[in-house]
Amino acid sequence: MNATYLSKRLFYGLLLMLGVVVLNFLLIRLAPGDPAVVIAGEMGGATEEMLESIREDYGLNKPVLTQLWIYVSSVARFDLGESFFFNQPVTHLIAQRIGPTILLVITAQILSIVLGVFLGVIAARKPNGVMSAFVAVFATIGYAVPVFWTGIMLIILFASVLPIFPVEGMLSVKLRDANIFVQALDVAHHLVLPAFTLAIIYLAQYARLSRASMLEVLGSDYIRTARAKGASEGSVLFKHALRNAALPILTVAGLQFGNLISGALLVETVFNWPGMGRLAFDSILRRDYPTIMGVLFFASFMVVVANILTDLSYRLADPRLRGR
Amino acid sequence: MSETSQNEYKAESPALEAWRMFRRNIPALVGVVMLTVIVGATLWGTLVYTGDPFEIVWAPHEPPGVTPEFPLGTDYLGRNLVAGLLTGGGPTLAVGLAAAAITMVIGISLGALAGYYGGWVDNLLMRVTEFFQVLPALLFAMVLVTLFSPSLLTIAMAIGVVSWPQTARLTRAEFLRIRELEYVTAARAIGARNGRIIWKVILPNALPPLIVSATLTIGVAILFEAGLSFLGLGDPNVMSWGLMIGANREYILDAWWPVTFPGLAIFFTVFAVSLIGDGLNDAFNPKLRER
Repeated sequence: MNATYLSKRLFYGLLLMLGVVVLNFLLIRLAPGDPAVVIAGEMGGATEEMLESIREDYGLNKPVLTQLWIYVSSVARFDLGESFFFNQPVTHLIAQRIGPTILLVITAQILSIVLGVFLGVIAARKPNGVMSAFVAVFATIGYAVPVFWTGIMLIILFASVLPIFPVEGMLSVKLRDANIFVQALDVAHHLVLPAFTLAIIYLAQYARLSRASMLEVLGSDYIRTARAKGASEGSVLFKHALRNAALPILTVAGLQFGNLISGALLVETVFNWPGMGRLAFDSILRRDYPTIMGVLFFASFMVVVANILTDLSYRLADPRLRGR
Repeated sequence: MSETSQNEYKAESPALEAWRMFRRNIPALVGVVMLTVIVGATLWGTLVYTGDPFEIVWAPHEPPGVTPEFPLGTDYLGRNLVAGLLTGGGPTLAVGLAAAAITMVIGISLGALAGYYGGWVDNLLMRVTEFFQVLPALLFAMVLVTLFSPSLLTIAMAIGVVSWPQTARLTRAEFLRIRELEYVTAARAIGARNGRIIWKVILPNALPPLIVSATLTIGVAILFEAGLSFLGLGDPNVMSWGLMIGANREYILDAWWPVTFPGLAIFFTVFAVSLIGDGLNDAFNPKLRER
């Protein structure tokens, strides 16, 4: 993979982020009412001095282009403004919350890809078998279940019927002072239900996709060759076939990332997971726009990074793309 | 079933052929029946039924099946869940349909322009599409709804504005393929203008995948509306299935039924829609039936 390609890709990612910043700026101005009042939020009833200081900071008395410049350059310095509800800089708020969200999203992504692909590969062995039917039904159900409702149903199940997993939060209060290892185990324990809830939808989709992709590959000559030379069934499926069937799965995994973040927003709300989704929900209820815009910025940033990583992994998976 | 023998082959329109395929697809027919029942109940609940879903009619958390007047029980305030389910479907379905329509209009227009004209138009529109794909859809919709105050219309528009990119990509791909075909060249040769070629020649031939995608978009839009209402971002004066789940969320450990039934209603609606979508997909692509 060459450096020009990478720098091009990074530059393009930067442009997309600039677009997000401009969009944030426009949204605040397009909202009905005085932007200073919008920024202060509707909670607490901002005083005239507060509004005046907001106008000063954001340059709201200056021409629109100057305002845009002020906004873009402050975001470039990682200054996303002050949350008037939390009384903290937005970047601090997000710094506290981004870790749990990344943990949740990545775990769900890995869980859904690994389990989904495994199911899909098994199903592809017999295109009309029981597993294939199961994958088809499961995929349709997974598509149709509201993710927040799955979460609630799991909470009811695991809180009253089968209390083996915690249903709320990320860390037990009594473990605040425990050592890191104990805490990590506890976080993992808390992670089970939210990650599984989020993974279910995508798991179903990956299973269906990898089944279709594998069926296409399994008919190829090189699979017959592999079988003819006596390779074991596992080696044929997972080494020879899956490698060639992986590209569409990777593509979808990259495209899904934004949806995964949307889903995480609902799942975090249901399970009280202290991440960015929870923060978005709280700040939207309070109309705390600087925080909302900050979450939108960082969530988009995560998607851009994920897209770049997908592109790069594409090139690792398919040597034919490397020369380009 | 067909009376025509092999020698006297009768030409059949693609739509009729697709319909014949669809008619034989049992899951799709199950979907049609389910959706008919749900839409029927919703229409009845909206147009005929006079119960007020917000009215407190009984003790809170009455379990289902105990009092005959309230077969599904009551919620945390003592509101009738049957009334909520009957009247809450209307807004959910209406927003889902409207949002899907907006999605399709934006997506097809932009995708058609990009695919047909190519060059810088395509480049520009595809960059815009990529930009919209970077924004996490639900979060962006939440921001839009909050900024422009929630009503059924703003919710439908917000969902449409965040969900069109996939449709645009699909339309573009179809247009890129079809514009190279001979009948398009023929249309151009007889002097058809660009507008006519786009809408009258290419679009009708690109419809099958777009119809499937429109069906699935309705399902996604319904889930989207449910998610927004669940978060409390729906119109607070209109009962909807998502709102019922959101309102009763705090009490799930005391009563399972007020969140379970509306969730099932959403699930069965989207499930029916997606069975129909899959059926249409198979009907339009007979080759896929082998898989």
